[in-house]
Parts: sequence; C-alpha cells; structure tokens
Amino acid sequence: MAPITMAQALNTALRDALHDDDRVVVFGEDVGALGGVFRVTDGLTDKFGDERCFDTPLAEAGIVGFAVGMAMGGFRPVVEMQFDAFAYPAFEQIVSHVAKLRNRTRGRLSLPLVIRIPYAGGIGGVEHHCDSSEAYYAHTPGLKVVTPATVADAYSLLREAIEDPDPVVFLEPKKLYWSKSDVDTPLRTEPFGRAVVRRAGRDATVVAYGPAVPVALAAAEAAAGEGWDLEVVDLRTIVPFDDETVTASVRRTGRCVVIQEAPGFAGVGAEVAARVQERCFHSLHAPVLRVSGFDVPYPPPMLEHHHLPGVDRVLDALDRLQRDDEPDPRFLALGGAA
Amino acid sequence: MTPDELLDAYEEMALIRRTEKAAHDLFMAGFVKGTTHLAAGHEAVAVGASAALRPDDYVFATYRGHHHAMARGATPEECLAELMSKATGLCQAKGGSMHLTKASTGMLGSYAIVGAHLPMAAGAAWSAKLRGSGQVAVAFFGDGATNIGAFHEALNLAAVWRLPALFVCENNLYMEYTPIADVTAVPNPAADRAGGYNIPGEVIDGNDVTVVHEAVARAAERARKGDGPTLIEAQTYRHFGHSRSDPAKYRPAEEVERWLKHDPLDVARARLEAAGVPPETIAERDRRVAQVVEAAVAAAKNAPEPDRELAFTDVWADGSATWRT
Ligand SMILES: Cc1ncc(C[n+]2csc(CCOP(=O)(O)OP(=O)(O)O)c2C)c(N)n1
Ligand SMILES: [Mg+2]
Repeated sequence: MAPITMAQALNTALRDALHDDDRVVVFGEDVGALGGVFRVTDGLTDKFGDERCFDTPLAEAGIVGFAVGMAMGGFRPVVEMQFDAFAYPAFEQIVSHVAKLRNRTRGRLSLPLVIRIPYAGGIGGVEHHCDSSEAYYAHTPGLKVVTPATVADAYSLLREAIEDPDPVVFLEPKKLYWSKSDVDTPLRTEPFGRAVVRRAGRDATVVAYGPAVPVALAAAEAAAGEGWDLEVVDLRTIVPFDDETVTASVRRTGRCVVIQEAPGFAGVGAEVAARVQERCFHSLHAPVLRVSGFDVPYPPPMLEHHHLPGVDRVLDALDRLQRDDEPDPRFLALGGAA
Repeated sequence: MTPDELLDAYEEMALIRRTEKAAHDLFMAGFVKGTTHLAAGHEAVAVGASAALRPDDYVFATYRGHHHAMARGATPEECLAELMSKATGLCQAKGGSMHLTKASTGMLGSYAIVGAHLPMAAGAAWSAKLRGSGQVAVAFFGDGATNIGAFHEALNLAAVWRLPALFVCENNLYMEYTPIADVTAVPNPAADRAGGYNIPGEVIDGNDVTVVHEAVARAAERARKGDGPTLIEAQTYRHFGHSRSDPAKYRPAEEVERWLKHDPLDVARARLEAAGVPPETIAERDRRVAQVVEAAVAAAKNAPEPDRELAFTDVWADGSATWRT
C-alpha cells in the first residue's frame, strides 16, 4: 500500500460517493476541467461526466443557493468554495437558509448538502486565503462543522458528510492537503460526534482540531522531554461536539490546553474552555488555557509563523499551567485574548 | 382562460383579499405576532401564475407571500394560524408570516432575505431538468430584489444552463418606503435586465389575472421545451403599507387612487361580466369566500399555542435540537 495525501483521500471520497449514489453532484469554481485549485476534484468530470461534476460561474451566494434548490429537488450537492474567505459572499445562504430551513419548515424540507471549504493558514497566503472561519459556522445551530486532521478521517468524514441528512460545513485544512499516510480506502473511522484521543497521556489534555492536531502531537513529543505526559484529543467534528471524550480526558489529567489557529477571542477554543470549566471544575488543578492565533487579521507570509500556534507556544502554556494563572504576557502585549 | 377558469381564479383572488384584510384586522387587534407584509393588491400575480402551472411545479416566494402560499394550496386557516403563532399554523408556528411554506405542494418557501430564493429556484429547476421531470421552478420577488447580487447570479446560472426557471418580479413601485425608480438605473427594474442574460424579459399588467396567466403559460412552455428561463415583470400595487401598520403616506395620493381604480378583483369581475357570467354567480362566490374566511379567523383564534418543547425540535434530521446525532 502506497501512502496517499489528504487531497487524494478527499478525491477518493468524492469519487466513491459519486459512484455509490446517483444523487451526489459536485460543483464549484474550476472543479470540473481543472480538477479544483487543490486538485481535490481531479478527474471527476472525466469519470462521471459534466452533469455530476461541473464548473460554475464565480458567484458564491448563487452556488450555495443553487445547492439548496438542488437538495430540495432530491439531490445531494457537494459544493466547493475555493478558499475560506470566498465563502463569505455565501454566508447569508449558509446561516440564514441552509442552517434554518429544516427548523423553519418543521422538518418538511431537508437539506443534505456539503459545503467544502479549504481553510486555515500555513501556506503563505494572506488574509482571505488563510482564514480560520470555523467559529462563524459552529455558532449557527443547524450546521454540522467538520474538520479532519488525518488522511483517514479526511476520507471517512467526507463520506459521512455526504451521507448525512443535515447540511455539513466541511473544513479542509489547507496545509494538511499534502500530508501523507498509508490509508486503504474505503474505510470508516469514528462517526460524527466522536472526538478521538490521538495520544494518551496523564498530565494534561491538549484539545485540538484540524490543522492544530499535528502541532499538538509535536508539542506532546517535545513536552515528553520536559517530563510532561500529554494527552491529545482531536475533536474532528466541532459540531456535533463530543463533551464526553473531552470531559473524561480532563477529569483524568486535571489540566487542559486548547489550540486553535483562529484568533482567540470568541473562538472555538473559548467554547471548549467554557465547557471544560463547567463540567470539570472540581477536577482542574489549573485554569484552562488557550493557545491561538492573535486577534489580528491573518498576517503576511513572512510573519505567519509568529501567528500560528506552534510547539513553543504550547510548551509556554504548559509552563503556565503548572503554577501561574497569569495569561501569556507576550500574548497580551499583542492584543490577544487573555 | 375559460369563463369557468376565470371564475375560479376570481374566487381564489377574493379569498386571498379577504384573508389579507382579516390578517390586517387581526394585526391591528394585537393577535398577529411580529410582523406581516400583506399582498392585497398583488393577488392576480399569484393566482394567474398558479393557474398556468402544473401542480408539481416549484414555487418560491418572498416574505410578502401569503398570496402565493394560498394559490399553491395553503388554506386561510393555516395561514392565519401561522401568523398568530398557533400550533395549527402552516409551519406549526415556526415560520410565521414571512416564511409560509407548503413543501407537500411544491411551495418551497417564502424568504425574508431579499433575493435569497432566486438561486434556490435555479437549483430546483436544475434538479427538474436532470430528472427529466418536466417541472418548472418559479421565483416570485419584489422590485427591490433586482438590485441585489443574488438576482443577477441566479439569472446568469439559469440562463447559462438553460434551466426551466421563471423569474416573476412583482413590481409594486416601492422597495419598502423608497420608490424603486429613485434607486435603479433602468426604468423597468426587472425586465430591462433580461438582455444582460440573453433571456426574454417582458413587462405585463400584473393586475389582470388573464394577462399574468398567459405570460406565465408561455414562459412555462418555453421552459419545459428546454428553451430556458424567462423574466417577467408584473406591474402591481399594494393596497396596504409595506408592513405592520405602515400607513404608506409616502405614496402620492393620485398614484394610490389610479392603482385602486385598477384593482385586480375589479378587472377580473369586468372580464367575467363581459364573458356573460351573471353577477349573481359572482356574488355567490363572494359569499362563500366570506364564510370561509370568517370560519378561518375563528378557528385560528381558538387554536392552541405551541408547546414550549417546539423550540427544541427539528434543528437536526433526527428531529431534535441536541448535539449528538
Ligand atoms: C437582504 C435584505 N436587505 C434588507 C431587507 C429589509 N427589507 C425587507 S423588505 C425590503 C424592501 C423590498 O422591496 P421589494 O423587493 O420591492 O418587495 P416588496 O416589499 O415591495 O414586496 C427591505 C429593504 C431584507 N429583508 N433583506
Ligand atoms: Mg416592491
């Protein structure tokens, strides 16, 4: 078995879904002839024809609204937004209609559609090519928000997203597109709503998702040398959120650090910290800390390594976990969430 | 339309008018929660179009959509109960006045975000085309929608893929309180844009149910033949204000008077009389309508309020509002 990239796993997931279910349709800007700017839809038009995988005009609100109508008409649309911030013109459709139509119609209209969004940074893009937009969607009831961190999950979670009767915002960490792993498709990993312990440990729980998971694992390796035995929990699906796995882990370890690339203020990390505090207060030996991007627009390429939470900043947080509940002074000086 | 069809259309329009009047009175008496956007005056657009459609065609409307819901099968009682946030409402109170939806008859929703449903109608039309079902999808929208991006995106999508879609603008001259002419670069806000998408566009008298019927029948036939979408601009006028208790003082008196003299019910009645339908036959329909609406008002008033638990339903496909699936 040869290793495959996350992009290839996603491509295979789309291919298998198109093969298994006639109702599945893939479309977006440049997804047909070109195969997508990240090659995720490579070869799908050749194989399934341009009724099943096709190019659209540049019109994000139109594309997502169109998908809503297709879903009402019995199809299972999978749309690609080219980059995170290019989904914002469609934000209105996503939060006001995609998320709400089931509720508004008492379940008579169901929208089994997937909005794939390459997201987050680490590729030297600027601003709108590197945004971490997960909190916007996770805040909206009615949207499932999924983000794989492993090649196997990329395949399995995308298949599950397409099969799911609810709308799914599927966030693909751009910098992991080229990560490789030996994965034998088709395969199924844990279902939606299950976080996974990627590394078991006793001393502290590091909660991460998407692009931050490899950082958490690298930090755990580095921390082992300093006498910390870290447990790493990968959320996988931000919505539905797995309180059970996170809570059980923190109750065991008594300490928790949450990592996210997005700016800290009002982010998913804040939600995790609040939930942990509500459920594990009496097991905690230290405040729950967040390691996040700063509260600034995504910085220029030469500065992005300062912005993205890296191993160093996770290790700094561990130091503070031990005995000091002041927030990271450097972080505060930069205007980050305390 | 045959005289019989026209008589039925007249009755449906009268039913809508009377229901809208009842909605207005109920609002003023504090029974209607939130807001309402009444379509009194716009009846001929909904009824004429609906009569030209197949029962399985798709319809999308705006928050000013009571007439479309009723034209596609919702009863006055279901609508009024929905406005009053009652458990017996069309969406069991979850939609309210602005979101009347009857999915079982292909009335796929009323949308309170201006323009939002136009791309949806294009997508529904795409689904019909791919399934080869022969259905068409119709989006009704206001003149105000012609200046938002979704309108233009949807027209282009429907045109470039020659989808069986109809875009019907109800031009009532105002977007809320602003004359559409003051904020639009072309005189006919919808029809004048058709050229940009290489599709037919026409301006019609939206207060003459037979004219609407003909125009929509033609456009639907084109669409079903595979010749793509049509943009119809139906000129009409609202009899009430924009919403709630708006007295619409911003409209010039002579304009109001001119349009009230061109009431869609009067136009239809004149056509019926010209076709030899006796006044007594029309009056009989009027009486029936009055009874239906009176009963609907009573039933809606007496209907139970929704249970508190309703708020915790239907966020997810399993019917719940909880995190886990
Ligand atoms: C995107 C959006 N912007 C603003 C509003 C507020 N609003 C509600 S109705 C309306 C006017 C729309 O006018 P028109 O499309 O002509 O419809 P009409 O009310 O005349 O039927 C406005 C501005 C809205 N609902 N949606
Ligand atoms: Mg208007």
